[in-house]
Amino acid sequence: MATMTSAPEASPTPRADVRPPARTRRGRKLRDNLTGYAFLLGAIFCFALFQWFPMIRGIVMSFQHTRRGVTTWVGFDNFVRIVRDPSFGTAWKNTFYFTVLALILGYAVPFVVAILLNEFRHFKGYLRILVYLPVMLPPASALFLFKYYAYDPSDAGLFNAVLKFLHLPTSEWMQSPTMTMPAMVIASTWMNMGAAVLIYLAALQNIPGELYEAAELDGAGLLRRIWNVTIPQTRLILALLAMLQIVATMQVFIEPLILANGAGTQDSATSVAYLIYQHGFFQNDLNGAAALGVIMLLVLAAFSAVYVRLTTRQD
Amino acid sequence: MSVSQYRRVAALTVAAGLGLSIAACSTKGSDDSGKDAGGKTVITVDCQPDGSQKDLLANWNADVAAFEKQHPTVTIKSVSVGQQCNNPPDFTARLTGGTMTDVFYGYMTDLQQVLDSGQAMDITQYATKDTIPTWDSVDPALKAVFTDNGKIYAIPTKNYSMGLLYNKTLFTKAGLDVNNPPKTWADVRAAAKKIAALGGGVAGYSDYSAGNTGGWHFTAELYSQGGTILSADNKSAAFDNAQGKQVLQNLKDMRYGDNSMGSRQLLQWADLLTNAAAGKVGMFIGAPDATTAIVQQFQGKYQDWAMAPMPGQDGAAKGTLGGGEGYFFRKDLTPDQVKAGLEWIAFEKLTPGKGQFDYARAKPQNQPVGLPQPLLFTAGSAAQKQELELRKANQNVPSENFGLFEATPVPIKGEPANAQAIYAVLDNAMSGVLTNPGANIDQLLKTAETKTNQLLAADK
Repeated sequence: MATMTSAPEASPTPRADVRPPARTRRGRKLRDNLTGYAFLLGAIFCFALFQWFPMIRGIVMSFQHTRRGVTTWVGFDNFVRIVRDPSFGTAWKNTFYFTVLALILGYAVPFVVAILLNEFRHFKGYLRILVYLPVMLPPASALFLFKYYAYDPSDAGLFNAVLKFLHLPTSEWMQSPTMTMPAMVIASTWMNMGAAVLIYLAALQNIPGELYEAAELDGAGLLRRIWNVTIPQTRLILALLAMLQIVATMQVFIEPLILANGAGTQDSATSVAYLIYQHGFFQNDLNGAAALGVIMLLVLAAFSAVYVRLTTRQD
Repeated sequence: MSVSQYRRVAALTVAAGLGLSIAACSTKGSDDSGKDAGGKTVITVDCQPDGSQKDLLANWNADVAAFEKQHPTVTIKSVSVGQQCNNPPDFTARLTGGTMTDVFYGYMTDLQQVLDSGQAMDITQYATKDTIPTWDSVDPALKAVFTDNGKIYAIPTKNYSMGLLYNKTLFTKAGLDVNNPPKTWADVRAAAKKIAALGGGVAGYSDYSAGNTGGWHFTAELYSQGGTILSADNKSAAFDNAQGKQVLQNLKDMRYGDNSMGSRQLLQWADLLTNAAAGKVGMFIGAPDATTAIVQQFQGKYQDWAMAPMPGQDGAAKGTLGGGEGYFFRKDLTPDQVKAGLEWIAFEKLTPGKGQFDYARAKPQNQPVGLPQPLLFTAGSAAQKQELELRKANQNVPSENFGLFEATPVPIKGEPANAQAIYAVLDNAMSGVLTNPGANIDQLLKTAETKTNQLLAADK
């Protein structure tokens, strides 16, 4: 067999050993990626202006004291003062209480609702819209509805009218120190659960039907199927939403602001975020507010770190 | 154009747009010289009535037009900041962000906060008869409120003192004598009980407990007992005593002893006045201009309301709270802008027959004319005489409605240092006795005292 050899043809692309100078390569790369950099610039600019700069500025302010337009460095004075505030402990207690209640109610209820919706054969779309509708309502409007119609402490209030109709004792809702937090959690869950329900539904619909069929063949009932199939299959989504929920509820603010006109009855509604607002905007103490903000940042960062570590280990 | 070219153009447009947005982020209505392209001095002024106050907005706009006609080299740009011109958190946000207008509204209690922000201009050299023709008639005590270290930082535009406002219609329905209103807190309690007995969700007496207004009223009621919020040197709280306890005890007795304060509590400024305008409140403490707000902002009738002096514990009140408002000037204004601002304030707020004193215009609009305040001018001064004459000529509020309040002066005490911060603390004491039947008054006052002392310590 004759072998044919031929001279190599001139390649249209430069050979590796004759690469263009580095500066030209960089220039070309820059030109090629110009669009990407321009879009990136917008994102970086927005993050820097609205996220990173305020965060760094807040941390700096927490170590400063401003009077008469003159700013001085004061070390940890603002932190010491804020920790000594009689409302400091109450605010953290309230915030943790709200978080735990919201985790029990606001975390479990959407999951149960999603499972129920997933079981329906008819009107699925309508029911989903119905569940999601409160999310479309501006939070302030939703909370004013609760404040003036549902939680009215007189018998004219919606909840009290229902309780009275059922011959049950009525409540002063937001004016009762013991009911303030549960009432805030009920309103918050109603407002926010639509989004969580849709995410759970999406996760539920990704579970292969064969798993349920196999479980049914093995004689598993509804609860058993949920425990052995649904929950393990949606574990990652459940874990992610748990963390997002805790981080969000720890920053509870608009609920006390609107439902309880701020602090509520004897600080029963004061959350850490509201205390920050009170120091910053009512007490002319932006430095103290910044210090409390830093403390909150540290707590949430520590929580997130522990959470990530725990979930990573499980995986 | 290819897809990649489109993308490139879009990206560059976004980047350029961001740059332009930032450039546009300015609250100033003119360049650094304070002049527009036509060479006119431009000033921005806040507290323009909002769209819900149709008559007041029309009056303001007419006044701006008249002023600009009189001062052809000046342009006023009006800004509305809501019905409550100084909602403390909004005010703080504007001050901190430096987004106040050139001439901005503030309470008498705001001087320290404005100075702390470093945003105020010393207007001492400009505040004269040349810019404000009635300046010599303005009460020196009010000028002093806005003065620090001999420098004037704002022009007073309203001054009030508090008393007991009562609804004559509800008084009559409850069988009470409208000409013999309560004189003591015990009288208030007895009258409140009778008015609340009318039913229909009517509160015999109503009071605030949120949004700083609770602390504001606690202070007024403490003054009526002869108490004071701070020690003489302003270094510590001075309300955790028998007088402070009496204030809270009076409220607790009415709220839970007699159930005469209604079930809805945690009220702020607009909440109480809304209820009052709807005929659901028998009595509350306030300034005469609360009647104006009830009419102008909450659609009530001034004919329903009369005013008595502040009640005392065992006889006449030992004191009442006085306060007010004024306009500050941004520190970066040009001399021309400051002069224009002062001339505008003089026109709108300090000239009998014009602006807030245009009684001939207010009367046909069915706004209350004949209220005994704002007390801006010194008694016997030329401006005061002129204002009183105009008031009398156009009066539509029956003089007997406020006669007793005017005829029975109570010593006026100003608001404490750091007032808004302390009011926020005292809101808790008020909400405690108004929402918790088991509230421990001693504990409430102790907590409020601790917090107030911390505030004062931090302010050094």
